[in-house]
Order: sequence, then structure tokens, then C-alpha cells
Amino acid sequence: MSNIRKAFENGKAFIPFITCGDPDLETTAAAVRSAVENGADLIELGIPFSDPTAEGPVIQGANLRALKGGVTTDGIFGLVRELRLDVKVPMVFMTYANVVFSYGAEKFISACRDIQIDGLILPDLPYEEKEEFLPLCRKYGVDLISLIAPTSENRIKMISGEAEGFLYIVSSLGVTGTRSEIKTDLDSIVKMVRESTDVPCAVGFGISTPGQAEKMAGICDGVIVGSAIIKFLERYGREAPKYIGEYVKSMKDAIR
Amino acid sequence: MTNPNGRFGIHGGQYIPETLMNAVIELEEAYHFYKKDSEFNRELTELFNEYAGRPSRLYYAGKMTKDLGGAKIYLKREDLNHTGAHKINNVLGQALLAKKMGKTRLIAETGAGQHGVATATAAALMGMECVVFMGEEDTIRQALNVYRMRLLGASVIPVRTGTATLKDAVSEAMREWTSRISDTHYCLGSVMGPHPFPTIVRDFQAVISREIREQIKEKEGRLPDAVIACVGGGSNAIGSFYHFIEDRDVRLIGCEAAGKGADTFETAATIAAGRLGIFHGMKSYFCQDEYGQIAPVYSISAGLDYPGIGPEHAHLHDTGRAEYVPVTDDEAVDAFEYLAKTEGIIPAIESAHAVAYAMKLAPAMDKEKIIVITISGRGDKDCAAIARYRGEDIHE
Repeated sequence: MSNIRKAFENGKAFIPFITCGDPDLETTAAAVRSAVENGADLIELGIPFSDPTAEGPVIQGANLRALKGGVTTDGIFGLVRELRLDVKVPMVFMTYANVVFSYGAEKFISACRDIQIDGLILPDLPYEEKEEFLPLCRKYGVDLISLIAPTSENRIKMISGEAEGFLYIVSSLGVTGTRSEIKTDLDSIVKMVRESTDVPCAVGFGISTPGQAEKMAGICDGVIVGSAIIKFLERYGREAPKYIGEYVKSMKDAIR
Repeated sequence: MTNPNGRFGIHGGQYIPETLMNAVIELEEAYHFYKKDSEFNRELTELFNEYAGRPSRLYYAGKMTKDLGGAKIYLKREDLNHTGAHKINNVLGQALLAKKMGKTRLIAETGAGQHGVATATAAALMGMECVVFMGEEDTIRQALNVYRMRLLGASVIPVRTGTATLKDAVSEAMREWTSRISDTHYCLGSVMGPHPFPTIVRDFQAVISREIREQIKEKEGRLPDAVIACVGGGSNAIGSFYHFIEDRDVRLIGCEAAGKGADTFETAATIAAGRLGIFHGMKSYFCQDEYGQIAPVYSISAGLDYPGIGPEHAHLHDTGRAEYVPVTDDEAVDAFEYLAKTEGIIPAIESAHAVAYAMKLAPAMDKEKIIVITISGRGDKDCAAIARYRGEDIHE
């Protein structure tokens, strides 16, 4: 069974996203520990990419700051190795196909196994292209996480039928970033997903407040928050981890 | 040349967010239907001929031929098309397709501004809304084109992210498309991006090589020995090459923008300096660092200032069917001035890259040989920038 399942055994899962190396890897490590101490069930670690086409301005900014600070894929592998000394919750990487491809897919995915990364989210790798990395993910026991969007419609059955780890349900059209209101009929999307799989569903994109999180948790198994967390890093830099901890606690309390 | 998954050899594919998948599938289905539809083809031919001014001339450059003292040189005058570049061919095709699909809004990226102007033009003609994304750096380099787009009724959005050039304009247009799909068609300007774009754009641009074939047979009674075109994403080049791919005796030469040199960091020569990667929806060659971060590229030409190349070109390179050569800023500017003085034709600085390579190649070829150079656009837009390059402080 996928290690990722564990994240969904403690009530509804709260999943924070943190861009590695923004502003430096020490801060990332402190932010991850602070999030875990305050109830995060699964950590989504972003490996920065120069041209993150699925991201809104907030996470684009984090990618840019991290790359400017000189972070590399190898440096991030080192960070995870160090985190794994005490962090036991499941962790996944979120990055773009070229970061994996260019590193050497086998070298990258086997490294994920070695440092105990449980899954891989690649927003520019749709169902049609997953053979690019899926055989290697299977070989090394790393879950390749599938995404479902508000526009997926007739594709939901096909995608969820083969889902591993958890299903990432994109709440709204457009890129990442906070939204005042989420209008998509997520209820019926999740219902369709449930017909094809028992893999847990987590909703992301646009969620920032405890109220939104509570509402989403009523529909699905977990809530993913990125931009709202990155905003603390943007604002407080190295001081951000304590604010992130408080925020994670408020969000986890809301969905418990 | 395309297999069912939109691959050219190992290149191409559909590396895009799930949010866009149904949009590209819908586009592919519509394209397959309309490309065989006689009414669609009749309307498109009429737009090409009556509105864009096709067929474009194949002009024998007698003075240039004599001056270089080698192969006979013909210029395929895409610069004479309405809006001044080859970009209109693709845009009229895509706008007509989008309209048939019931879309009411076109979005586009632009580098030099030529594709943006062409898209704004087609949108005006067909009564569609138009939004163009353009790197802020390029809005400064090509201020006149920004004004032209606005005059045509389009909104121009300066893109400030990343290097604020063409690649960032593409990223921003893709982001915009994910947020608004139902009424919007992304009118991609080159043979790049996810399938089916590389195939659709190539098919609409293939009119260039279809005409060259007919025109050169009429003038010379045979096919040319070489066809030369500049390559950024590669739309005018694939358009110029396409109907010659099966003719093994015709050399196909793509000229990449080497900027300050393909061995420097200030270059946009993807085949010379890049390696295999996945970006902007496609597998192809890209300028990137060892960790796969896309490199900030440079060229004097905003239209060639892109870190990748279309997947069909990547495949033609792999198989050796086409050759790709780097041409520097200096060489392109020399060729820009040379063609102006020798033939009275001011080429786009993009096209000047192709002229520059022809100036090296022609003298080494026999006088019976024939070269066709595609002049993809006219150079009015570049005059101020070239003057500045030569140290004259001219502003539009």
C-alpha cells in the first residue's frame, strides 16, 4: 500500500505546499518542521522551475526567489535526506516535467526512493504523457499523482481509474493562487471520481481561509494550500516558519 | 510526418496541464474535420488570395546573384503579404478555424510583434476580441508594433515575468488560456507547443513551399538546390521546407539566431547550444542549464529570441534531413544592410539571418545552382533598432 495513504488516516488531510529554497533551504526545513508539528499530514515540496506555467504570480515569485538564491535539485535532495531524520509524514515533490527529464528520469526517480519521497506531482504531465515517467515510478515505488481539472469531464473515469497515491483535484480554471470564491461543482466531480477509485481525493488551487478549507473538507479527503503559505515566506522570509505553523494549525483545526 | 500521438520521431507530444487537455482534443477534432471541408478551404483560399495578397512573389535577385558570383538566388517574398510577414498565413487559418468552432476571442503571444499584429488583424476582420501577450522588453524594442495592435483593436498585455521576452509571453498566454477556455482560442504563432499546434501551424504555412515549388518550376523548370529560412520556433522555415522534404536533392537549411555567438551565453541557437527537454507542451531541443532550468536566451531579433525549436525541426535535425546553422547578430545586421543596398529590399532582422547564411553559401556554389531564401517579413519594424546597433540614436 502506498505510504501516502497514511496522510489520510488522521481525519481530513491538510497538505501544505512549500517551494524549496525560498528564501533558502534552512528556512524550508524549518517551515516543513513547523507545519508538521502543527498538524500537516502530507508535505508537498516544490522543486523550483524557471518557467512554471501552471502557477500564478505568488508561486512564480517563490520559484524565482529560490532559483536566484542558487537552489538546485541536488541541494533539495540533500534537504529531504536531512528532513527524513525526524519527519515521518509522507512527502511528495511538485515540479515540472523538464526538471525530472533533464536530471535523467531514472536518476531522479531512484533518488526519490532513496530519500523517501513518496510521490511526484507534475502539472505538465497529463494522462496522455504519463508513460514518460510511469514505468520508472513503478520500478522505484514512487506514486505518480494524477490531476483532475474542472474541464476534465469525460476524462475523469479514465484518469481516476489509474490513479495512485492520491488524486489532486484542481478546484478552478486558471493557475494557482488564492480566490475569494470557488464556483466549480466539486461535489459532482468527486462523486464521479469515487465511482472509479478508492484513492483519496485532495482539492487544491485557490484555497486560503479556514472557512474554505472546512467547506472543501466536507466534499473530499484533503485540502492542499500553496499560495497562502508562500505569502508568509514572501512577507517574513526567514521568520516565516512560525507564522506558517500558526496558519497550518488554524487550517487543520478547521477541517478536523 | 505526424504520428497519431502528435510525435515527430521522439519529439512533440502534449505536455500541458490537465485543464487544457479537452481544449486541445476539441481543437484537434475540429481541425481534422475542417481541413477536409471544401467550404473551409474555399474560404481560406479566398482570404489568402484576396486579403493577404497571395501568392507571394518568387523574385530573382539578379544583382545579389551577380555580386556574390555563385548560385542563382531567388527570394520568396513573404514580406509582401498583408501585415508584412508570413505570420498572416497561419493566423487566417487559425482564426477561421476558431470562428467555425464558435470561439469569439483570440489570444496570442508575440515576440517581434508580427504575430501579434497578424492576430489583431484577423480578429478585426472577423469581428473577434483579441488579447496579445508580449514581453515587456519586446514592447520597448518593437513599440511601433504595439501601437499597430492597439490600432487594430487588440489589447496588448506587457509580460514582466522571467526574461520579459517571447518565452514568457508564451507562458503567460498559456496561463490565460487555462483560465478562460470556452470562448477563447489560443492562436499560437509558431510550429511549437502541444499537439496539434505544430501540425496545424505547419499546414497553414506550407502554402509557402507549395508556391515555391510551382514558381521555381515555371521559372527554372526544376527544383532548387537549397531552401534557406530563419528559425526561431520555426514556422516560416517549416512552411518553406515542407513540400521539399521528400525531395532529397533539395538542401533544407534553417538559420538560428546565435546572438553574440553560439558558444556564448548570449545566444538563442537551440540546435547548436541546446539539448533535449520538455517545455511549453512539447519534447524538443531547448537552451537550458544542467538542472533543466530554461536559459535566458538572447538575439538582436525579438522574433527568434526563443529558447526552443519546433518538434518537427528537432526531428528533421535528428534524421539529418535539414541542416541548422547559427548566424550571429553581426552577420544578420550586415545582411540586413546588404539586401537593402543591393536589391532595395529591407528584410526583417529575422529574415536577415537567412540572407546572411546565403551570402556565405552562394559564392561556394556553381552558377547553375539555385538557392531560394525565404524573406519571412519586412524590416521597417527593425530600422530604429538597427540604427541604434550601429550607434545612431533614432527613436520611433
